[in-house]
Amino acid sequence: MSDPPSAVRHIAIAGNPNCGKSTIFNVLTGLRQKVGNYPGVTVEKKTGRFFGSHGEPMELLDLPGSYSLQVRSPDEAVARDVLLGRQPDTPRPDAIICVVDASNLERNLYLVAQMLELQIPAVVALNMVDVAEKNGIVIDLMALREKLGVPVLPMVATKGVGFIELRQALSRTPLPPPPFCAQMPIVLERETMALARRLPVDPAVARGEALLLLTLHEQALTELAHHDRIVIEDTRAAQARLHTAGLDPTSAPVEARYRWIGEICAAALHRGGGAFGPSVSDRLDGWLTHRVWGWAAFLAMMLLMFFCIFTVAAYPMEWIDTGIGALGRWLGGFLPASDLRSLLTDGVIAGVGGVVIFLPQILILFFFLGILEDTGYMARAAFIMDRLMSKVGLHGKSFIPMLSSFACAIPGIMATRTIENRKDRLVTILVAPLMSCSARLPVYALMIAVLIPAASALEKAGIMLCMYLLGIVAAFAMAWLFKKTLLRGETPMLLLEMPPYRLPAWKTILVRMWERGFLFLRRAGTVILALSILLWALATYPKPSDPATSPADAIAQSFAGKMGHAIEPLIRPLGYDWKIGIGLIASFAAREVFVGTMSIVYAVESGPDEDLAPLRDTMRAERRADGSPVFTPLVCLGLMVFYVLAMQCISTVAIVRRETNSWRWPLFQIAYMTSLAWVAALVVYQGGRLLGWT
Amino acid sequence: MSHAASAPDVLSALAVGQRGRVTGFTVAPEQRSRLLEMGLTTGAECEVVRFAPFGDPMEIKVRGYHLSLRKNEAAGVQIERL
Repeated sequence: MSDPPSAVRHIAIAGNPNCGKSTIFNVLTGLRQKVGNYPGVTVEKKTGRFFGSHGEPMELLDLPGSYSLQVRSPDEAVARDVLLGRQPDTPRPDAIICVVDASNLERNLYLVAQMLELQIPAVVALNMVDVAEKNGIVIDLMALREKLGVPVLPMVATKGVGFIELRQALSRTPLPPPPFCAQMPIVLERETMALARRLPVDPAVARGEALLLLTLHEQALTELAHHDRIVIEDTRAAQARLHTAGLDPTSAPVEARYRWIGEICAAALHRGGGAFGPSVSDRLDGWLTHRVWGWAAFLAMMLLMFFCIFTVAAYPMEWIDTGIGALGRWLGGFLPASDLRSLLTDGVIAGVGGVVIFLPQILILFFFLGILEDTGYMARAAFIMDRLMSKVGLHGKSFIPMLSSFACAIPGIMATRTIENRKDRLVTILVAPLMSCSARLPVYALMIAVLIPAASALEKAGIMLCMYLLGIVAAFAMAWLFKKTLLRGETPMLLLEMPPYRLPAWKTILVRMWERGFLFLRRAGTVILALSILLWALATYPKPSDPATSPADAIAQSFAGKMGHAIEPLIRPLGYDWKIGIGLIASFAAREVFVGTMSIVYAVESGPDEDLAPLRDTMRAERRADGSPVFTPLVCLGLMVFYVLAMQCISTVAIVRRETNSWRWPLFQIAYMTSLAWVAALVVYQGGRLLGWT
Repeated sequence: MSHAASAPDVLSALAVGQRGRVTGFTVAPEQRSRLLEMGLTTGAECEVVRFAPFGDPMEIKVRGYHLSLRKNEAAGVQIERL
């Protein structure tokens, strides 16, 4: 796979999680970054242009952070495939920057040891030398360079130290391939070379690839898609011979690499006296993972986060709301009254606007998640929560995505990428939208108002709390159920690095926040636009023949109205009539649309302020044919329960589609959540009636 | 490894502050590979730092960094006390 000689050199940047790789990437490329996807998978591909010390252009590829090239998650598979030159659309890099945390040299060198085996020219960016120094770690650079055989550049990426030297090192041509790597036991080396010769790949990578193959476990070997049967059979035979020779091919290379690292560290790494005393991080952890203070700190942090999401975000949300309204009126002002105007203002602008309005909340949530991640607290949250999560067969890492979903399921679902196990990631994605997000609040508020018109703050809060609790219980119950049935699997292994606490790199966090925000808009945008238009059409056509028809009658005669009638037999057991049916259909796109749709259906003029009183009173006065009220307490409660559990958010559907890379899971999610919602609402309504309530 | 030959000590049995050296594994092969790659190889020294509020998982120090793992898996890591 030799590339044509090109003017642009391709450089990959790799490293363990928490080594400061993103910071180096951001400093090198500035804002000349492109974020996309690798074809066929949902792993993010981040590239950026930068220039060497002589101004020569280079393309920098950010490889997903990983501890090893042994593949356990889709992210790690991508890193491996790129380095082996078999990732479609991505040329094999001309050189790698291996970022290494100097304060955690030994474990970080493991990935470097694996990289050097691939024979790609490499430079080691020895990052955070200041932290290492503070911890009493002295690194002999000369010895480290000599032992590794590649350039080693001390850096403090957050302070911009070492970039000139890094550019210089990368500008040197030709960069020689690494001269050394860990020496394997002789039997293993012989089998590796024998297998390498039979691999249909570039001889430069053959040994590295052969070694990766030999290290695979039976399960992974069976799932291997890149090689034909002969290679797999050859690998199995070689593994069997090694076992007979008394050598375990799955562990021997790892131990050989750590042996080599041990020799390197013995020569180049000296721990001063201060290293064994409790560090600031240790002392902080004494509090933050304490059995009393740890929970208090956790609770305080989450409260602060949600406070900001619900109060600070309210201002930009109001501006967006005003802006969208103004845009609609402006367009409506010069377009003649027509289907096109209606499509643009009521369909496109209202529909897309209804999603964009949540962007401030989503961005704030990403901002907080970035801080939690960057400071190292995320690992502590997973640490203290793991016991609870393992009860339903999940991992401590599933906790933060589920918690984030209280504000909005979208960042929560995007945050599941840190979960290595595919099944656990899927389970977390499937149950995350059961957490009551902020879009449900308007529905709860309306139904509580109809239920108890003069509810005190305490009553309101009490009912809201019950709805939130219901969501939590449902999420955990469904997670448990999925882990027992559909996505059966062992409770995943927890093996979590607890990085030392550090101050957040604000720039990195802000860059990531914008990236994620735009990614959401772009990924969800098309689906949201399409569905908004569809729902608009359903509520608009067929048009009433008499143009003087009131909006309430028009919607009643539309497809949405007909669908409301059509689903009436399905929802009658829940105590709903066809008008509520229209609300359910309209709010399939976004839950909060329910309120607006109910205003149209009941022909309530919405005032300039968001006053629920007119709608509330109309709904309370609504009667069935027999004169009994439609919105009995049981119907109100049932509706709330329905909205807790039902999947009514096309943005989430779109994101689940993108994150799982198929329509299967989002469709399944819609099906199971809607069924769950229906059954629960049925139990509330019919159960309540059996108990004699009305 | 002479006096405790019948039942070797395991990592999960160590108390906070106690140290041990890895001598072998009884966990499943896949899990063993992951432990190895995170630096918990035969001969590696580790020290128990703390247990989570519910008593599980536990945090250890190995090769100069902190790693947390469940007691369930730590019970499959044989050690000799130091």
